[in-house]
Amino acid sequence: MNTRQLKQIFGFNLLRICAGIIFLSIILILYDIASKGLNIISWEFIFSMPKKGMTEGGIFPAIVGTVMVTSITAIVSIPLGMGCAIYLNEYAKNGKLTRLIRLSIRNLSGVPSIVYGLFGVVLFVQLMNFGTSILSAGLTLGLMTLPWTVTASEEALKNVPKSYREGSLALGATKWQAIRTNVLPYAVGGMLTGTILGLARAAGETAPILFTGVAFYIPFIPKSVSSQFMALPYHLYVMSTQHPAIEQVKPIAYGTALVLIIVVFAMNLSAIILRYKLRKLKEE
Amino acid sequence: MNDAKIRVNKFSFYYGQSKALHDISVDVKENTVIGIIGPSGCGKSTFLRSLNRMNEIITDTKTDGEIIIDGRNIYDKDVDIVDIRRKIGMVFQKSNPFPKSIFDNVAYGLRINGAKDKNYIAQKVETSLQNAALWNEVKDRLNTNAFELSGGQQQRLCIARALAVEPEVILMDEPASALDPTATLKIEELIQKLKEKYTIIIVTHNMQQAARISDFTAFFMMGELKEYGETNKIFTSPAKKITEDYITGRFG
Repeated sequence: MNTRQLKQIFGFNLLRICAGIIFLSIILILYDIASKGLNIISWEFIFSMPKKGMTEGGIFPAIVGTVMVTSITAIVSIPLGMGCAIYLNEYAKNGKLTRLIRLSIRNLSGVPSIVYGLFGVVLFVQLMNFGTSILSAGLTLGLMTLPWTVTASEEALKNVPKSYREGSLALGATKWQAIRTNVLPYAVGGMLTGTILGLARAAGETAPILFTGVAFYIPFIPKSVSSQFMALPYHLYVMSTQHPAIEQVKPIAYGTALVLIIVVFAMNLSAIILRYKLRKLKEE
Repeated sequence: MNDAKIRVNKFSFYYGQSKALHDISVDVKENTVIGIIGPSGCGKSTFLRSLNRMNEIITDTKTDGEIIIDGRNIYDKDVDIVDIRRKIGMVFQKSNPFPKSIFDNVAYGLRINGAKDKNYIAQKVETSLQNAALWNEVKDRLNTNAFELSGGQQQRLCIARALAVEPEVILMDEPASALDPTATLKIEELIQKLKEKYTIIIVTHNMQQAARISDFTAFFMMGELKEYGETNKIFTSPAKKITEDYITGRFG
């Protein structure tokens, strides 16, 4: 065997080890959480209130809180992000200002989530007077997911062939008619896919909701969007680091972690399925 | 020619700083077929797309001079670009059916121009497909996706789609360049038939095609209109040496 072949074998195995390490760590995390969390999960755990200072009972308010906050995030992020993407991709001239806007959006996705949290306190909680609430937290997360939504939506719009726009304009369509009838219908799936991935990330975030509305322990369902709330990621944080009876509540912490992972995973899965279905539709 | 349908008057076109068309002047009579020939990059497509202001999709373009259609400069400030494009239909080089049914493709232009009545739309779709010589081939499957048609059928569908909004002029940008000889022949026959009702301006790479189907021929080179006249004359006794060199295949 000559050195060239040896180098080849060495390089190949090095790459294999890289892939292996990543795969193994994911499996380990999932196994650890599943093995310790699975036996506590039951219908009762999911659908009942926490009891006796969170040492017993379920996590229902945290699930409802996360769902409500994520819904607000979606309501903010989807129209605003898609609108911005349509403007940037279809209307804006490719000048300095557009490039600057695009650059800022890309950079926003790199801003640490705790910074969004602080920004949310100032803007929504104090300045706009929404208080610490589901609304403030949802709006903060909405801002945080915007870069994802905008970027994914722009990509989806770029994938619609230019000839659809031209063909439509050549028949006497206005620009907006061409976009609405002959571009958006073919881009909306891709736009949603990217958006769901952004929302899934938002659902698992703790820092942005920390100052803007999440609460330690509220053993009932939030009455409105201006109430404080419990949320899965924060509940997990509390149960694993802040609770006085930390050993006793460990199983609850693992159960919460598992539920959170399942929620996020389900959202990602739905995005994957949506993308797969749309791809098939396009090929037909 | 005072009865000109289209009168192009010292028209120039710029992409940014570079001048793509130089002072083009040409008169086009109603119900004739004008063939535009010339080597690649000579500005023939740019010229065609100037006639329905399609170039304006690209930013940073500029025009000089006038293009007068039915006595009106289409580059006047108060002209509605949407009206221009409805009146001047366009068929593209690569057939571009929309990913919709055959019926919806043809109905598309009617609907965006405000047609609501179902009977009217159905009637219009049928006559447009008949006029594009496609009706007999698709009448039993109007609801199938347009992508299932062959290349030649797709191009005729695009012609039908253009006809449905009742244009007066039809611009064609190498409509047969991607088609086989049989499909090309069908398109050429169709153009001869459409001439009775429409004024047709067609860009083509194929000189035999220009000779076969056009009444007048315009020869473009380097963004200039080198020669324009009756097709017979251009192809038998061109006035300029460069035209002769091109049509006899000495370059291009």
